[in-house]
Amino acid sequence: MREITVTQALEEAMIEEMERDERVITLATVRAPALENKFGDRRVRFTPISEAAFTGIGLGAAGSGFRPVVHWGMVTFSFVAMDQIVNQASKIRYMFGGQADFPVTYRCTTGGGAQIAAQHSQSPYSMFMHLAGLKIILPSTPADAKGLLKSAIRDNNPVVFFECSRLAGITGPVPDGDHTVPIGVADVKRAGRDVTVVGLAYYVREALAVADSLAKEGISLEVIDPRTLVPMDAEAIRASVRRTGRLVVVDEAPATCSAASEIVALVTEDAETFRALKSPVQRVCAAPVPVPFSPPLEQAALPDRARIEAAIRRVLQKT
Amino acid sequence: MAQEKTELVEMLRKMIMIREFDLLAIELRKARRIYGALHPYVGEEAVAVGVCAALAPTDRITSTHRGHGHCIAKGADINRMMAELFGRVDGYCKGKGGSMHIADFAIGMLGANGIVAGGMPIACGAALAAQLEDRGGVAACFFGDGATGEGEFHETLNIASLWKLPLLFVCENNRYGAGNAVESVRRVIDISLHAPAYGMPGISVDGNDVLAVREATAQAVERARRGEGPTLLHCKTFRSLFHAMRDVPPPETRAPELLAQWKARDHDPVTRFEDVLTGRGLVTAADVAAIRDTVKRDLEAAVEFAEKSPYPDPNDLLVDMFAE
Repeated sequence: MREITVTQALEEAMIEEMERDERVITLATVRAPALENKFGDRRVRFTPISEAAFTGIGLGAAGSGFRPVVHWGMVTFSFVAMDQIVNQASKIRYMFGGQADFPVTYRCTTGGGAQIAAQHSQSPYSMFMHLAGLKIILPSTPADAKGLLKSAIRDNNPVVFFECSRLAGITGPVPDGDHTVPIGVADVKRAGRDVTVVGLAYYVREALAVADSLAKEGISLEVIDPRTLVPMDAEAIRASVRRTGRLVVVDEAPATCSAASEIVALVTEDAETFRALKSPVQRVCAAPVPVPFSPPLEQAALPDRARIEAAIRRVLQKT
Repeated sequence: MAQEKTELVEMLRKMIMIREFDLLAIELRKARRIYGALHPYVGEEAVAVGVCAALAPTDRITSTHRGHGHCIAKGADINRMMAELFGRVDGYCKGKGGSMHIADFAIGMLGANGIVAGGMPIACGAALAAQLEDRGGVAACFFGDGATGEGEFHETLNIASLWKLPLLFVCENNRYGAGNAVESVRRVIDISLHAPAYGMPGISVDGNDVLAVREATAQAVERARRGEGPTLLHCKTFRSLFHAMRDVPPPETRAPELLAQWKARDHDPVTRFEDVLTGRGLVTAADVAAIRDTVKRDLEAAVEFAEKSPYPDPNDLLVDMFAE
């Protein structure tokens, strides 16, 4: 199978969906020459730096029959548009009694590790998960990125699509043709028997690297990528934990009220899964600080393989 | 001429309906028969009715927290509006929205909105849709003088002008942003002065003169349909009653002379338009009384419709969250 980067996979998804449905339009502050040359500047809108306005414009156009894909740039900039996200997009369908659909996709980059400091290194997916009414996607491979972006654009609801910055250039196999991935279905990236490791975005790859290394000691990790945070495929994670009896969740957001916390709660409040646990669950998350600039500080703030491995060894200790 | 008369009488009927709907809603709320917060549109009827009279049924609007008038002017069903205030399942939002979130997408009413300026970008999106559809559609967003303090106001004006969107910005300057007089929050009171800064025409109009509002709107709509872009319409009106009420209306703190001036027969938009139509010999005082009776009967029927409608079933709590 051909190998392409996440960035290429996302661009393919955009081109294919814009070809497939002329109601798909895009709004972004950064020009997209590949799209603009192919589809023209009526459908590919280069916008002023006015996040609140173009977030709401996407919503209004969605409620008027179009399927906008709005790119905020970094998730950082979405905070300028919080009224349109929190008060409008996440509530508009339910609040109006379901009388219209709002098929709008909000894309943004996320995550740290690039020495661009606090404001540009955020992973605030759980803030958006907390708002009932938005679907939330966070892929970790080129194939999932392409397949989920296509599904997001075809979905009839507001979707927030997070793109991990550190994964933009990584390559992986992507099937030819109309490759879609269903929203709300987790993927077992590596099957194993001793510990379930749920990773998010970049930390799926890091968990897989740790799994390779620990396999040499005979420790078998099962690595699960939820891929979608809302709706969360809780049953896939619970089923894995019922087999392994141990759970480690890895993410680069701080732990408080995080996606990692939600995953732990979904696992432990299920009676059957709770009874199967052999040791306390562990979260490996960012330190509760704004991500610092200087490389040694940033590395200390974010999870790494050593901390993932240490958490795995803790859940394997006899209790 | 006959058609013009029919249109004018219908405009008067809608203005009276808006007035009576909100006065009735206040009584229903005081009697605890309906719920939540109310923001009456009393005194501003000429703006909604004048603007919507110049729009086509397929044109789209967004509204504000003070939205009952925009709904009625755009042609919403008062039975379903009333049922929504009563929190019943036959309400526009099946009882999920209430007074501040009435919408009727079938008539192009894309929703009232509890956030000042919150509907402006949404209307701008509807205008973008109209531009892409290329069938001559336009969108209009209603907002108050208070919205001019929000970033969304400025951002939306700029983008709509830049992209020449078929959008009509309708500022209802009712002289108060919640509890604050407009003079206490702005140096410049003529909102239309923002228009040249964003490269669009600005029109200041007597917002209590429904025909002047209709005429100004018609110009703006013509321009929008020609593909020349948006217009900012500043409608100078007056909020005759309070900003909001829950169980009881808040005490009136404004000067009695000021209120008397705006409520005078030649200032109040409803009586003023009655007098225009009777003065032109288009209706008689008896005709107006008959319209008022019909409106009151229709409202009684709406209350009956609402009270007969069941409350939503709590088992349906999660229905309408996500589309298939």
